[in-house]
Amino acid sequence: MAVSAKIPASSTTIVNESSPWMRRVVKIVAYAFLIGFALLQFIPFIWALSASFKNAAEIQTSLSFPPKFIPDSPTLQNYIDIFTIVPFGTWYINSFIVGITTTVLTLFFSATSGYAFARIPFPGRDIIFWMIIGTMAIPGVITIVPTYILLRTLGLTDSLQGLIIPFMVTSFGIFLMKQFFVSIPAELEEAARVDGAGRIRTFVQIVLPLARPALSALTIFTFMGRWNDFLMPLIIIGKSELFTLPLGMSSFRGQYKTDWNLLMSGSILVMIPIVIIYIAFQRFFIQGISTTGMK
Amino acid sequence: MATTVNTPTSPDKAGSMRREKLQDTISGYIFIFPALFFFTIFTVFPILYGAFLALFKINLTTIDNRTFVGLDNFPKVWESEDFQTALFNTARFSFFVVILQTILALLLAVAVNQKIRGRTFFRTAFFFPSISSSVVISIIFLWVFNKYGILNYVLSLIGINGPVWVDDPKTALPSIMGLNIWTTAGTFMVIYLAALQDIPAQLYEAASVDGATPIQKFLRITVPLLTPTTFFVVTLGIIGTFQVFDQAFVISAGSGGPEKSTLTIVFFIYQQAFKERNGMGVAAAGAVILFVIIFSLTLIQRRFFKTEQNY
Repeated sequence: MAVSAKIPASSTTIVNESSPWMRRVVKIVAYAFLIGFALLQFIPFIWALSASFKNAAEIQTSLSFPPKFIPDSPTLQNYIDIFTIVPFGTWYINSFIVGITTTVLTLFFSATSGYAFARIPFPGRDIIFWMIIGTMAIPGVITIVPTYILLRTLGLTDSLQGLIIPFMVTSFGIFLMKQFFVSIPAELEEAARVDGAGRIRTFVQIVLPLARPALSALTIFTFMGRWNDFLMPLIIIGKSELFTLPLGMSSFRGQYKTDWNLLMSGSILVMIPIVIIYIAFQRFFIQGISTTGMK
Repeated sequence: MATTVNTPTSPDKAGSMRREKLQDTISGYIFIFPALFFFTIFTVFPILYGAFLALFKINLTTIDNRTFVGLDNFPKVWESEDFQTALFNTARFSFFVVILQTILALLLAVAVNQKIRGRTFFRTAFFFPSISSSVVISIIFLWVFNKYGILNYVLSLIGINGPVWVDDPKTALPSIMGLNIWTTAGTFMVIYLAALQDIPAQLYEAASVDGATPIQKFLRITVPLLTPTTFFVVTLGIIGTFQVFDQAFVISAGSGGPEKSTLTIVFFIYQQAFKERNGMGVAAAGAVILFVIIFSLTLIQRRFFKTEQNY
């Protein structure tokens, strides 16, 4: 990082100093490749969006070539029907409860412990920190059986708490916050402490406001993770009124295999909050991914 | 510290330092205790408990009623035909997905890194699928892979009569590979892009002076200098692909079919744990084996990249 600050960044890479002709060829190839891939990325979404506005009759007759992207008589009926055919509204609320609660708790636990690991010297600190980081190397799905048995013993299966509590503290969150706190200068805190402020006051009044970028990134990653999680709800939730959206959509797909209009309107509705958050916070995503390489 | 050199340490001063140390210890533990408490119960304990449960035969309905069977669950896993199928499917899946998504991510990153318009747009667009719900993406792809879906339409233009992709045992797993690559290539592109920006421009300029072509520069400068990033991307890719489940579950409507062609290792673990009456222990053993597989692959991979770097 320090090196690249002195040397001009190589955003022109390959084309530098080449002949103008070569430069143009490289650029055209790059554009063609990128536009092609962008189309490949968008078409499934557009195709889904278009189906979500078609009525049931048109969906059945549209099972022929060529595909039609513009519905004959666009309708919002699918978006209404999905709330009456299945408890889609309840699933939506459940997903929000799980996503928001877990996120708030994760922020609290990650910020407090991350701060201690970064700033407060105490015996055993490094060993505990590395133990926490060490668990990151262990793939999450490996613990589905013990986690299921643990939650059942605690009476947390078939409850939204069971989808929140196991995810409140994550090594990723602690790691992210610790890295951030290490990177901000300590002078401000020291000044406050010289003035007689205690650890907790310094933390709340000085440190937390500075940590807003890291907290934003953590908010987005945590919320997305819970919103999209499928495996945990699948193993611990049985009652349909406690489904979250991914579990609900999966069971809905099992029952209504060919009602593409309804399946697509449900899919679009699941994605809307994610799209909004993504557009609003996309710089934090890219930062988070680039610095930690994690989802 | 400097004060102790000039003036003899007064007992008062030493006392205040000791007090401060004690205060730090207390406040440190107060700050980490809540997190550490839940982390121990819900992350550390399940890891150890999982290895322990692998030694028992456990009934799904009465989980407390378990019989110690020692290591018997392990041969039960690897001698099971379903596990062998799952291992074969997962290995094939991982092999193709990791190779293709890594190459694609690198090429996309290099293309975006050219001085072109709309960089932010491309970066944003390519990253989006990886933050979307895997279940929703799978459902959308069921629509794409449909008999009269958009994929078969494109194929019909060049005279190919496409199958119902997910209903054919030959094409079901490759379909999931395709959707996986489609989802993750953008994520890894972002990682590559960050690394590309650290390559000094002078290297390329010097190569240009020597008359190197863009392809030579890509192969002789870009690829070798990105080796650490490639190691990182491949490692994450292996870890991710060996845990594939959501897509296989949704695409096969929870069956792992057709003809077990989409049965993956995690799928096997899930089925053992929740669809068999006495399979919890076998599932726990399967999870231990999966961990060993992922861990060994990561080590082998690391060795491979080490020797590559020492050429």
